[in-house]
Amino acid sequence: MLTFNIDWSGEFFAFFVLAVCAIAGAVLAVNFTKVVHTALSMAFTFVSLAGLFVLLRAEFVAFVQVLLYVGAVTILMIFGIMMTKHQDEGKETGRPLQETLSAVGCLCLFGILFYAIRSAGFPAPADPLPGDNTLAIGKELYTSYAIPFELVSVLLTVAFVGAVALAKREEGEES
Amino acid sequence: MLASYLTLAAVLFCIGLYGVLTKRNAIVVLLSIELMLNAVNLNLIAFSRYGIAPSLKGQVFALFSMTVAAAEAAVGIAVLIALYRNRATVNVDEFDELRR
Repeated sequence: MLTFNIDWSGEFFAFFVLAVCAIAGAVLAVNFTKVVHTALSMAFTFVSLAGLFVLLRAEFVAFVQVLLYVGAVTILMIFGIMMTKHQDEGKETGRPLQETLSAVGCLCLFGILFYAIRSAGFPAPADPLPGDNTLAIGKELYTSYAIPFELVSVLLTVAFVGAVALAKREEGEES
Repeated sequence: MLASYLTLAAVLFCIGLYGVLTKRNAIVVLLSIELMLNAVNLNLIAFSRYGIAPSLKGQVFALFSMTVAAAEAAVGIAVLIALYRNRATVNVDEFDELRR
């Protein structure tokens, strides 16, 4: 059964505003023709998602989101835009068949997900999570998740060294 | 409340999927992939707050997923720059050496 029980509390109002910001940023990012506008609109979406994380009592993840996505990933993408040429970005070659098929597929996926979510009937949480849990996350990361934490740091190091090695201009190749 | 967050995450994921499938510019494709990963993070954090047993495990998972996404973006941009140096284009439908 589909259930639409919504209580119009202050939290839901904040959620509504932030969700509208996030969806508007994402839709505009897909619709813009200039790549820089897309990157900035996507940064707006990431900031809205950080606000949603604060609303979900995940302050540490929210600030990591701002630092990592808005501060690092978007800037990296802007550097990528800067180092490549986009002379033909104004004219979109029409591929109506592919776009229509993709839109239909995405809408079908969303319909399935929406029906599944609305008909699931989630039970209420047992005891709510306390806010301001940065200390608890730190303890968790360094005790029970110590090995994944170290592995992820090794992965980051290897990925960044690999990125530098890939993007570096090779010796003897002048152009 | 949980259902609203999950619906928002589904909307963002579908928009990102549409961007990946239809955009020609490789940088826009990479940004759309980041959007899809962010939707998954929103799911994880919503379940860590409103799930049956709220705990910090969802937030820790989201942190790990963000780290891997950052590594993916760095390697993706590096591959893109290397490809651009060889082909002088960033359109994904012109990277078709394996098809010829």
